[in-house]
Amino acid sequence: MANTTEGMTASSEIFESPFKIKVKLMWRAFKENWRIFSESKIGMLGLWIVIIFAVAGFVVYPILASTIWKSTSLNAMVSYNPVTGYDFTIANNPAPPSLAHLLGTDPLGRDILAQLLYSTPREFALGIIAALITVFLGTLIGTVSAFYGGVVDTFFMRLADLVLLFPFIPFLIVISGMMQVNLLTLALIIGLLSGFGGITIILRSQAMIVKVKPFIESAKVSGASDPYIIVNHIIPNIMPLSFLYMMFNVTGAIFSEAVLSFFGLLNIRMSWGLMIYTADTAGYIVGTNIGTYWWLWLPPGMAITLICGAFYFIGRGLDEVVNPRLRRR
Amino acid sequence: MIKYIGNRLAQILILLVIYVAVVFFLLHSMPGGIEAVLATNPNLTPAARESILKAFGLTQPLPVQFVLYLKNIFTFNLGISYSFYPTPVWTIIARRLPRTILLFTTATLIAFFVGFASGKSLAWKRGKTSEYVSTVVGVIAYTVFTPLLIFTLIWFFGSYLGIFPLNQFLNPDLWIRTNLNAQTIFLYLLLTISLIGLAMLASFAIAQKVSHRVKTRKIIFYISTAIAIALAVFWWAVSPVGIYGFDILWHMILPVMAVTIISYAGTMLVMRDSMLETIKEDFITTARAKGLPDKVVRDKHAARTAMLPVITNFVLSMGFVVSGGVITETLFSWPGMGMTLLDSVLAKDYPLASGALIFTGIFVLFAHLVIDIVYAFLDPRIRY
Repeated sequence: MANTTEGMTASSEIFESPFKIKVKLMWRAFKENWRIFSESKIGMLGLWIVIIFAVAGFVVYPILASTIWKSTSLNAMVSYNPVTGYDFTIANNPAPPSLAHLLGTDPLGRDILAQLLYSTPREFALGIIAALITVFLGTLIGTVSAFYGGVVDTFFMRLADLVLLFPFIPFLIVISGMMQVNLLTLALIIGLLSGFGGITIILRSQAMIVKVKPFIESAKVSGASDPYIIVNHIIPNIMPLSFLYMMFNVTGAIFSEAVLSFFGLLNIRMSWGLMIYTADTAGYIVGTNIGTYWWLWLPPGMAITLICGAFYFIGRGLDEVVNPRLRRR
Repeated sequence: MIKYIGNRLAQILILLVIYVAVVFFLLHSMPGGIEAVLATNPNLTPAARESILKAFGLTQPLPVQFVLYLKNIFTFNLGISYSFYPTPVWTIIARRLPRTILLFTTATLIAFFVGFASGKSLAWKRGKTSEYVSTVVGVIAYTVFTPLLIFTLIWFFGSYLGIFPLNQFLNPDLWIRTNLNAQTIFLYLLLTISLIGLAMLASFAIAQKVSHRVKTRKIIFYISTAIAIALAVFWWAVSPVGIYGFDILWHMILPVMAVTIISYAGTMLVMRDSMLETIKEDFITTARAKGLPDKVVRDKHAARTAMLPVITNFVLSMGFVVSGGVITETLFSWPGMGMTLLDSVLAKDYPLASGALIFTGIFVLFAHLVIDIVYAFLDPRIRY
C-alpha cells in the first residue's frame, strides 16, 4: 500500500502536467525579468507613481467621498459627487487651499482634490483600453505582414507610413469637434488610429527576426498551420516588445485625452484636462491671474504630467528588460 | 539627386490625395455634418433648403463632390469661411501659414542644435552629476503636459518677472497710431530671417571651399554670420517700421521658447541614447588608440554616426511637435494654423476647419520631404 502511494507521487513528479510546467517556467522568467526591471531606478520610480495614483483613485477616493466630503455635498445621501458637489460654507469661490479643502475649490465651488481623485480611475481606464486596442492591432498586423509578406506587407506598411504622417492631435480635434465623443469612443478612436501606425512597423521588424528562426521551420515541417504558427510561436516571442510599446501608448492616450478635454471638446463630466478648461473659461488663468489662482491649474497639470511620465518611465525600465544591449553589464 | 527628390515629391503627392480623401469623407460621414449645419434650420422652406443644397453642390453624389473638392484644392479654392464671411478660406490660410512656419522653423532649428550639442556632451560625460541632472530635466520636459509648461512659462516670465508680453501677436497700443499692416511687417521679418539663413548657408559653403583647416572655416562662418545679423539689425533699426518689427519679435519669444522646449527634450534624449551606443563601438576605441584628441573623437567620429537615429526620430516626432504647436498657438493667442484649426472647429466652420487640417497635413508632409533630403545628404549609405 505504502509502496503504491510512493510510486504515484514519484510518477506525478516526473510526469507533471504541461500546464504546470508552463506556469513554473513563466514564474521563473517573471522573477528574472523583475530582477532586471527593479534594478532600473527610473522604471521603479514610474511603477511607484502609478501604484500611488491607483491606490488614491481606487481606494482612498471612495472612502473619503463617503465620509469626510459627504457633509459638504448638496445631495449628501450616499457620497460626495465632485461634479455637482457645492460647499455652502464658503462665501467666495474659487477658495484657496484650506483644511476643509486641501487643494482649494474651483470656480463652481467644487473640491479640487475630490475632482482629481475622481478622475484617476477614468484616466487609467482610458489609457489602458486605448493601449490594449493599439497593441492587439499592432501585434496582429505586424506578425501577419511579417509572416505573409508580399501585398499584405506592402499595404500595411504604407498604411503605417500614412498614419505616421498624420497630424494626430489636430485630426482628433476635428473629429471630436464635429461629433459627440465620450471617454470610451475616444479610447476606441485613439486605439484604432495608432494601432495602424508606427507600432506595426516596429513589431513587424521584430517578427521578421523571429520568423527566420529554426523552430518556425520545424513547426512548419511538423505540419502546423499558418495561424497556429503565428499565434503559438511568433506572437509569444514578440509579446515583451508589444508590452513595452503598450506603456508608451498609455502615455500617448492619456496625453491626447487631456489635450482634447482641455480644449473642451469632449462630452465628459469630469477629467483632469476639463478641470483646467473650467478654470480657463471662467477667466482664472488669464494674465496675472495665473500666479494668484495657482491651485486651479497646477494640481491637474501635475497629475497629467506625473501619470504620463510614470508610464513612460515604466516603458524605459522595461526597455532594459527587453533590450539586453541597454543594460549596463 | 534630382531623381530622388522627384520620386519623393510624387510619393508625397499620392499621400496628399489620400490624406485629402480621408479628411473629406470623414467630414461628410460625420453625423451633424455640413448638410446639417446648412439646412436644418426649421425656418427654412423646403424650396429654400433645396436651393441651398444645390448652391453648395451637396445634391451631387459624394464621389463627384470629392473630385470637385480635389480640383479646387489644387487651384487653392477652398471655399468661403462661415465665421469670417465673406473671406475666402485660402486668404485666411495664406495670412496665417507664414506665422506658423516662422514659429516652427525657428523653434525646431534651435531645439535641434541645442539638443544635438547637449545630448552629445551628456553621453560623453556619463556618470557625472551634470549628466544625471540634465537627463532628469530632459525627461521631465519630454513628458510634461504642454499647457502646464506654457502656464508656468507665462506665470514666470510674463507675470512674475514681467519681462515678456503675456500673449497676443502684437501690442495694440503701439499699432493703433499707425496704418501699417501687421502682415506686411511680418512678411518683411520672414524675408530678413530667410536672408540671414541663406547668408549662413553661403558662408558655410564658401568656408568649405576656401580652407581645409577647421579653425579657419569656423572663423569665416562665424564672422560672416555675425556680419549678416548685424546688417539686418542695422537695417531694421534705421527703418521707420523697425519698432513694429521689434514688437512682433518680442511677442514671439515665449511661444518659440515653448515649442523649443517641447521638441528639444526628445532630440536631446535620443541623441544621448544613440551616442551611448555609438561610444561602445570598436571604431571609437580605435580612434582613441590612435591618439586622436578627445574632442575630435567625440565630434567627428561618434557624433556624426550617432546623428542619424536622431534625424529619424525627428521625422517620427514631427506630428507630436505640430500638435504641441496647436496648444502653444492657442494659449499664446498666436494667430497661426493651429489656432485657426481649433477656433474653426469650435465655431463649426467646416470649410475653414477642413482647409486648416489639410494645410497642417501639407506642412507636415513638406517638413518630412525636407528632412528626407537632409537625411540623404548626411547618410552616405543612401545613394539615389
